[in-house]
Amino acid sequence: MLSKKQARAFFLGGTVVTFLIFIGLTIFSLSKSQDQTNHEGITEAVVRGKILWEENNCMGCHTLLGEGGYYAPELTKVLDRRGEGYIKAVLMSPISWNPNGRKMVAYGFTKEESDDLIAFFDWIGGIDLNGFDHIVSPLAKDKIERQTK
Amino acid sequence: MKYKSQKVAYWFFAFSMLLLVLQLVYGFIMGFARIGMDGLHEFIPFNTARAVHTNLLVVWLLSGFMGAAYYIIPEEAQRELVGVKWAYVQLISLAAVGVAAVVGYHFNWWEGRKFLEIPRQLDYLVVANVLLFLGLILATLYKGKRKTTTAMVLTMGLVFAALLYIPGMLPFDSQVTDSFFRWWVVHLWVEGVWELIMGGILAFLLIKLTGVDREVIEKWLYVIVGLTFLSGILGTGHHYYYIGVNKIWLVVGGIFSALEPLAFLAMALFAVNMYRKGEKKHPNKIALFWTIGSAIVSFVGAGLLGFAHTLPQTNLYTHGTLVTAMHAHLAFWGAYAMIVLAIISYSLPNMTGRKLYDSSVGRAAFWLSNIGMVGMTVAFGVAGVAQVYLERKYKMDFMEVQNEVSIHFVVLILCATMFATGIVMYIWDFYKHGKPTDEALDLESDL
Repeated sequence: MLSKKQARAFFLGGTVVTFLIFIGLTIFSLSKSQDQTNHEGITEAVVRGKILWEENNCMGCHTLLGEGGYYAPELTKVLDRRGEGYIKAVLMSPISWNPNGRKMVAYGFTKEESDDLIAFFDWIGGIDLNGFDHIVSPLAKDKIERQTK
Repeated sequence: MKYKSQKVAYWFFAFSMLLLVLQLVYGFIMGFARIGMDGLHEFIPFNTARAVHTNLLVVWLLSGFMGAAYYIIPEEAQRELVGVKWAYVQLISLAAVGVAAVVGYHFNWWEGRKFLEIPRQLDYLVVANVLLFLGLILATLYKGKRKTTTAMVLTMGLVFAALLYIPGMLPFDSQVTDSFFRWWVVHLWVEGVWELIMGGILAFLLIKLTGVDREVIEKWLYVIVGLTFLSGILGTGHHYYYIGVNKIWLVVGGIFSALEPLAFLAMALFAVNMYRKGEKKHPNKIALFWTIGSAIVSFVGAGLLGFAHTLPQTNLYTHGTLVTAMHAHLAFWGAYAMIVLAIISYSLPNMTGRKLYDSSVGRAAFWLSNIGMVGMTVAFGVAGVAQVYLERKYKMDFMEVQNEVSIHFVVLILCATMFATGIVMYIWDFYKHGKPTDEALDLESDL
């Protein structure tokens, strides 16, 4: 029968081994050679866009890379889906954007701020998401397929 | 209650109850907004309500864990808590940070990172607060007469939880790296070190409630927390499938997160078996309900429902949908809310001296809240599965789908009303116990 000492060894041993593997995998998957995000493409505008994204807690309603509030649309491939003009209209609108009855906060972003957010979405849209990029935005996928035909 | 200083736990629990009520209020605001009743939009838009709802959950659970530690550690270490006055200072500062954060969310003052919305300036205060808390607990343990496994596992969970807050404070330019390390905090908390805290509290309660030998309970505690880390650490990979990092996480995350239910299964089997084995029949039946209930509901909510969408092939479709909300509600309720309510139910009569064991209000609170939460989970689940099919398979527009599934949110609100009734009854029972008093000191009995 298992003794308390053996049980403790199982706990400590398992934890140390799996944690070391976890650290190793983290270093591996964040290394330059494994980059799927076009990290070099993160311009100053993209960074400013990310800051705007965070300062306004856009994730509290929308999802991005599948993460967020599930209350408003996924924005990972939003540029493919809606185009720049539509998105800018939403971002700069002085009154609540209100599609199908669900309100968005009226942020009334400036043109510069909208450009930064568009740059951010553009960078996000180029990330290789292991197949999720096609699932998350079927409309974008259709559009891409039509274009290639 | 064996030590006067254990009374400080009462105020942490009372603070938890207050935040729990507020959390439910903001939950209702979101539920109504989802069926089109968003009259509060100008003052409390959805993103504010959501940040408040989830952050209040985290803070009331942490306050509950801290209260549990202040109650359990003196008894396990067999001495009064070191620096009781500082424990009150710590509670007040925790409340101040919490209030500042929640008020700030109404004025667009936040970090906008899911679950970790607390602004950076307040993060430092959180760190100071937690360091004070840990200092008091560790000093008490260090000076104590004995160092039990239960106390060590609980403390280890609290120390690791504090350490793991740090990766969430690192700044990154890349959304992907940011998200990667955000999960170090969020995942490794709830599917890692918080389970140590839960396990420690569960072991303490089982020792007290069933009378099974400490050595037996603590041996199995090691096995359970061992399984937790063995599966949970690499199980973090299930958050990395589709956020823009290497495919290796599909394999690693898939395998190890499929093992995660084992830790919860072990927890459930452990609690039920110890109860069966125990010869002592503690009169505090309500505490027993919450204790065993927590072990079982956490297996269903965190274990089974987590497994339901954790395999990469399934998660490809469910990632970023209401299916996640389905799992999250029952998991947090079973694993963490219920264990906090269990330690409160157990310790409250001991601190106040009013042995209101087995009251009908207390029993009704247990059943109403649990049945209500199961109903809410089903409503989220049906809405989530419908969303997956309509939006991801049939390519319908997001808002068209939202309108299709809005009826399930009517059901959600009805079930949430039942749940909230249960919680109000629990708090009523809490209030009826009165305030903690030194007269409740009981050095003889082992209750």
